[in-house]
Amino acid sequence: MSDLLHVSSSPHVRSKVTTSSIMMAVCIALLPTTIFGIYNFGLNALMLVCVSVATCVLTEMIYEHFMHKKITVGDFSAVVTGLLLALNLPGNAPWWIAVIGSIFAILVVKQLFGGLGQNFMNPALAGRCFLLICFTGRMTNFAIPNGAFGNIVDTVSGATPLAALKAGEQVDVLSMFLGNTTGTIGETSAIAILVGAVFLVSIKVIDLKIPLTYIGSFAVFVLIFGGHGFDLNYLAAHLCGGGLMLGAWFMATDYVTTPITKNGQLVYGVCLGILTGIFRIFGGSAEGVSYAIIFCNLLVPLIERVTLPTAFGKGGKKA
Amino acid sequence: MSLLTFKGGIHPDDGKKLSKEKPIKSVLPKGELVYLLSQHIGAPAKPIVQKGDHVLVGQKIAEAGGFVSAPVYSTVSGTVKSLEKRMNVTGAMGDAIIVENDNNYETVTYQPLKSLKDVSKEEVLNRIKEAGVVGMGGAGFPTHVKLSPKEPDKIEFVIVNGAECEPYLTSDYRRMLEEPEKIIGGLKCMLHLFDNARGYIAIEDNKPDCIARMTELVEKEDRIEVKTLKTKYPQGAERQLIYATTNRSINSSMLPADAGCVVDNVDTVVAIYNGVRLGRPLMHRIVTVTGDAITDPRNFLVPVGTNYEELIEEAGGFKQDPVKIISGGPMMGFGLYDLNVPVTKTSSALLCLTSDDVSENEETNCINCGKCVSVCPGRVLPARLATFANEGKEEAFLKYNGMECCECGCCSFVCPAKRPLTQSIKSMRRMILANRKKKA
Repeated sequence: MSDLLHVSSSPHVRSKVTTSSIMMAVCIALLPTTIFGIYNFGLNALMLVCVSVATCVLTEMIYEHFMHKKITVGDFSAVVTGLLLALNLPGNAPWWIAVIGSIFAILVVKQLFGGLGQNFMNPALAGRCFLLICFTGRMTNFAIPNGAFGNIVDTVSGATPLAALKAGEQVDVLSMFLGNTTGTIGETSAIAILVGAVFLVSIKVIDLKIPLTYIGSFAVFVLIFGGHGFDLNYLAAHLCGGGLMLGAWFMATDYVTTPITKNGQLVYGVCLGILTGIFRIFGGSAEGVSYAIIFCNLLVPLIERVTLPTAFGKGGKKA
Repeated sequence: MSLLTFKGGIHPDDGKKLSKEKPIKSVLPKGELVYLLSQHIGAPAKPIVQKGDHVLVGQKIAEAGGFVSAPVYSTVSGTVKSLEKRMNVTGAMGDAIIVENDNNYETVTYQPLKSLKDVSKEEVLNRIKEAGVVGMGGAGFPTHVKLSPKEPDKIEFVIVNGAECEPYLTSDYRRMLEEPEKIIGGLKCMLHLFDNARGYIAIEDNKPDCIARMTELVEKEDRIEVKTLKTKYPQGAERQLIYATTNRSINSSMLPADAGCVVDNVDTVVAIYNGVRLGRPLMHRIVTVTGDAITDPRNFLVPVGTNYEELIEEAGGFKQDPVKIISGGPMMGFGLYDLNVPVTKTSSALLCLTSDDVSENEETNCINCGKCVSVCPGRVLPARLATFANEGKEEAFLKYNGMECCECGCCSFVCPAKRPLTQSIKSMRRMILANRKKKA
């Protein structure tokens, strides 16, 4: 018998799920839409994905090295941030946009607030919004790139389907669902996003509360205030268009920036749905998902405070 | 019928197959036996023997130190060697009576009861009290106190806890399989005390053989039913068990009696049977000696006072060096740094593992995933409570219902950042409880 035994407070066993295994699962779930984005937008999209991921990981490493902190890139969270940021860039964006966005996301939004788990906003989305404000032209230029595989079915040249919808044009909902339209790299294909989402739900990395309340309340909002009455085609275009699917399944579900309480998650989803609806229908831009999510990120502490769960037995009457 | 259960909980690897098929084997201790005076919640027992006294099997060597207390009996015959401090499973020192075994097993004469008919409730309670019965599931609360609620007429359910939801433990399983009659006998003694109560024997569905056997035996009993529970940890925790079987919820400030329930573990019920019907005090318990470091994992019937080292020898010793030794199950047991501790009335298992999940997994930042919230049977926010506890914020801790934590360990188990949430919350709770006691 070895002379020294380990002693610790109970419990003495731990589950096999770790932070890195969760982050890796998210990366895997993002693969279908990433691959589709590259297929859709060509090699420039591949370049943007690589540059974003590499910049995010390097920024985190360099910062932690100089701050004499433990290097935590092994948890894959920087990879997820880089990947999500790239998926939120237009397919024809230049490489330096990805670099600036990544540095902002990791350095300012994540590390300066204390690293993983401490950021109050989704880093990738904050990075995107930062880029949108600084480089509005480049970030909203969805002109068809010289698609390496040359297979974009150009229904609404230059404008995203959502912008076309807002302008009152007809859009092809089926191609929006499949994804051969224009937009940011990762948002065009609803089906590719859903494949990844089903995977994440099936291995219990995310649950349905936030995505379903988000999409559901947004749908209700569109039906009431969209000005098209009960037009299912219009509704479907809104659901498949823009960043809604990517946002609802992959960014609104970011653990760090969502309420931890179950009821809070429902409230959060509804807030997202309503805000996205307001931004899209009454706002100046056709898009609204990114701003809705980072705005609701700020509401999280408040939502949590008002949705404290009742402890077990509190409802039971004392005999 | 859907299975009875509660909300939350986890499914850890159960490890029960190591010892499940091994029948209970009696252990005869060698050398000295150590009887701790505090094997229960409440006042320690008071010794009534002196150094040099000769004692018999079943002789009282320490009497109850108050109402909430329990007497201690010698489990061997021999000579009282000394009264001194010895280490208990938590690593603390406690007063103990040391008896040198003479291996003759001279026994006192017990006073059995032929039948419960015409026996008064007081007599039954007194026999339980005199037998030194305490909750053998782990808490060690004196059973006669539990069975004396203010209004016995309001007790509607007497629940025998056969969930055994802790991984690796098979002692209750073997007891239910090998001596179901004693469990039913013990339950009848308890029902004798409560005229308006029904008896439930609650068993998790991973023990279908126990359920079948028990169901067969209670078929003709009109006051007793077998309840099948979903296999999930912590199904056997008192509050969760009451909720699963009766759909009533109690919180930390209530007693099971407030919900019209009395809950006792199967081994306790057997001790009640032995005390009431056979007149034999609580002297033995079943201990599962298991884990991947043990050569021959088994279930033993062990006299209280036996040294843990002897149990390891009985199980064939170590086949591999253990890294961690736990008294009890992996979810709520105590990590031992020394095997030189005695078996008490509440020791349920000795688990010897060749790896330690806790030190192998490094703690990282909380990612707010909410898994701890999903699994928490107390429906609190473990991640937040642990932060408040670490920062010493008592007020916030209380506001977030920190005292409703039952310390089951689900949150620490499930945390992907491997944070010791239960430990932080537990420390804070202990501190608050200690301060309250000081003020009172």
